[in-house]
Amino acid sequence: MKIKTPSDLEKLRDHGQSMLFPQGPRVSVGMATCGLAAGAGAVFDAFRQAADNLRFDLTLVATGCIGYCQEEPIVDVRMPGLGRVLYARMTPEGAGRLIRSLASGELPHENALASVPEEGPDIPKSAEVLSGLLTINTLPFYAKQHKIILRNSGLIDPRSIEEYAVRGGYHSLRLALLHLSPQDVIDEITRSGLRGRGGGGFPTGEKWQVCSHAAGAEKTIICNADEGDPGAYMDRTVLESDPYTVIEGMTIGGYAIGASHGYVYVRNEYPLAIERIHHAIETSRESGLLGEDILGSDFSFSIEVIRGAGAFVCGEETALIASIEGGLGEPRPRPPYPAVNGLWGKPTIINNVKTWASVAAIVEKGAEWYAGIGIEGNTGTAVFSLVGKIANTGLVEIPLGLSLDEMIQGIGGGGLDGKRVKAVQTGGPSGGCIPADLFHLPIDYESLKQAGSIMGSGGMVVMDEDTCMVDVARYFLNFTMEESCGKCTPCREGTRYMYTILTRIIEGEATPEDLALLEEIAMWVKGASLCGLGQTAPNPVLSTLRYFRDDYDAHVSEKRCPAGVCRALIRLIIEPEQCTGCGLCLRECPVDAVRGEKKAPHSIDADLCTRCRTCYDICPEGAVEIVR
Amino acid sequence: MVTLTINKTSVSVPEGTFLLKAVEEAGFTLPTLCHHEALAPYGACRLCMVVIIEPHRALVAACTYPVEEGLVVETDAPEAVQARRLALEFLMSRCPGSDVIGEMAKKEGVTASRFAMPPSEKADELCVLCGLCVRVCRDVIGAAAIGFIDRGTERKVGTPFELQSDACIGCGACAEVCPTGAIRMEDRGNERILHTWNTRIALCACPECGRFFTPQPTRFLKEMLPEIEAFWDVCPECRQHKTSRQWLNTTP
Repeated sequence: MKIKTPSDLEKLRDHGQSMLFPQGPRVSVGMATCGLAAGAGAVFDAFRQAADNLRFDLTLVATGCIGYCQEEPIVDVRMPGLGRVLYARMTPEGAGRLIRSLASGELPHENALASVPEEGPDIPKSAEVLSGLLTINTLPFYAKQHKIILRNSGLIDPRSIEEYAVRGGYHSLRLALLHLSPQDVIDEITRSGLRGRGGGGFPTGEKWQVCSHAAGAEKTIICNADEGDPGAYMDRTVLESDPYTVIEGMTIGGYAIGASHGYVYVRNEYPLAIERIHHAIETSRESGLLGEDILGSDFSFSIEVIRGAGAFVCGEETALIASIEGGLGEPRPRPPYPAVNGLWGKPTIINNVKTWASVAAIVEKGAEWYAGIGIEGNTGTAVFSLVGKIANTGLVEIPLGLSLDEMIQGIGGGGLDGKRVKAVQTGGPSGGCIPADLFHLPIDYESLKQAGSIMGSGGMVVMDEDTCMVDVARYFLNFTMEESCGKCTPCREGTRYMYTILTRIIEGEATPEDLALLEEIAMWVKGASLCGLGQTAPNPVLSTLRYFRDDYDAHVSEKRCPAGVCRALIRLIIEPEQCTGCGLCLRECPVDAVRGEKKAPHSIDADLCTRCRTCYDICPEGAVEIVR
Repeated sequence: MVTLTINKTSVSVPEGTFLLKAVEEAGFTLPTLCHHEALAPYGACRLCMVVIIEPHRALVAACTYPVEEGLVVETDAPEAVQARRLALEFLMSRCPGSDVIGEMAKKEGVTASRFAMPPSEKADELCVLCGLCVRVCRDVIGAAAIGFIDRGTERKVGTPFELQSDACIGCGACAEVCPTGAIRMEDRGNERILHTWNTRIALCACPECGRFFTPQPTRFLKEMLPEIEAFWDVCPECRQHKTSRQWLNTTP
């Protein structure tokens, strides 16, 4: 249907109301990439099959990600009259059982994760839905979260513009286009204190203001979805789970700065995100919420998707622009900044997916509301992908200023398998490793920078006592070395040489002079590189040198890897007392280094052993030991 | 005009000038490999590093930094010297056989590189990836016959698939601007061979003396530049003879 007036928007919303809150049961399966990887596709099919078999009438919906990735596949079941419950780690068999329970009119206990209190018309609000079941906002993983960017993720069908509208969608666009001037919108964003969520942290309103004043009639909006940090998937999830909010944010931004065209630059490795943003753009166009004279105003806006070919450096704004122009994806010096001289030499606003996803909420609820969340100078919320050696992994949205401790111990539930957390790396491969004794620090742009790391786009990788910090630094440096475009000397030559030194260290061949040289080169690459990639590439090295010097010294002076990771510096032995001679390690060893008769203690030939740890990981008795 | 201070020397330059030019105006020199007056600032070699003292202390590449009123700059601040030396050490290790880099390094007080690689690996490497050839070919000549291939440490310059180029006009501007002499080009018989680009270009013969003198593809310039149309008719030497004869004949 065409949405031309505010009353059309009301009709869209009414239609969505019956989809989001149907009279019968609604089963939503989390089917963002994380859910699909955990088997949500088969679970979805099983629900359909089971419902068909029982001729059970239900609304089955594929939603996005609700954040608790390790509990995927997560299923959200809404039973009018009974309540709404999240079920975790769903299997196709479990889906069949769940449908049978629903058909007999009850919400089962099996796999129940939490109940969801909601405003819906026929759901009991306060009562305990199932005995002993916590509500979602009291689960430790969710208790301290505050969802703005992810406000719709996992709750709505990302393909449904109607469901987006029910959740307040397009309210802000209507407000902006029909009741606010472009300058009002910029002022609202400025007063909210929103800063660039791609990691730079530049005040968004200020950037829009510069672009709005820049000379030239033709201006452009770009959404940067070229997310490339290892272990980070915030932007992908937003596009997969709630693409309309990104479109609405970009359209409001276009109105504010006077642009009539926008681009979403998304990496080609995100096929589902591309499909969903494409679909949302198409639907918006058909509905008239993109195109000419939106909502009866005289403002026109269109959006086009550009797929990136997978170079990490194309996330840097000037390289991204070069890539859209069809050139080589390499950065150019700033100034001039894109806000003044960007795509095709015209004023351009580039913001991250999460920044765009915050815009509609700010315009709807007001700058004061947003500025009241978080802490002064770091207002609002940010999304992090909490991964690594941590009990609860997933996508987390918190008000800025929450401490690392509340994040890692509180939301994350501490180290995996009860192990001690040693450090956290924030900001992706260009971030630094912050040690556990600094976990009292608040998560904000300045504190993380002071600690030698960066906020970045939201990667948060947790490391425990089994992590070798030299090995970690080398891993991330290998990444930035391979992703360096090679344009400037420090980033191209410096990262390569740092990697060479780090390799010498983990192989036990480095000298104390190498450590001094490593630091000298790191400082040069940080200070003299052309773009952000090179300027931040040494962070993992510099921060581990600063906080985990003992790890380096042990490798260099004692030729020892305290975490027992670096292959050249460890030995694997079998403890004869504990070995039952089951032969598992003997069969699995890829280089046939294990010797021994059946039922008698085995041993490892140190000359053949490559320290791959297969035996260590596989031994049911824990008889294999790492000699450090 | 914008007035700034470089090494305690006051200098005034037109607005929009880049710092490298202002440093030269003030009478100081900085090493550079990727800068060329005919091309836009690029900032790749990171040799012309200087330190801005006022308004905020910062290490910057002079070639890409636009001058500002009241800027106070020191070219020999410790971090600038250190940055230039490290860049030169790395470029020396990349191109051990380059006299140009060796000389440049010596001026900065660097005589040996701590980052030497096994000698066989890079024995005849002269390319520092400054991109002058790529940019002059694309931005000045308009041929865009060469470009960068791969990225990071694998980066190099070449024609597409490193095969004979059909875009190259054989003008030789790439070899002309290359600061280290990395581009090998020679005229042999009736062709110009651009060894570095695996490309051979036919030359035109002079109808008067029969010598080969200009690449055939440059003939399109004849229509674009009618005022020097005669250039493509005969070789420069014959043209000189011709004009002198004409001149002698017409002079009373």
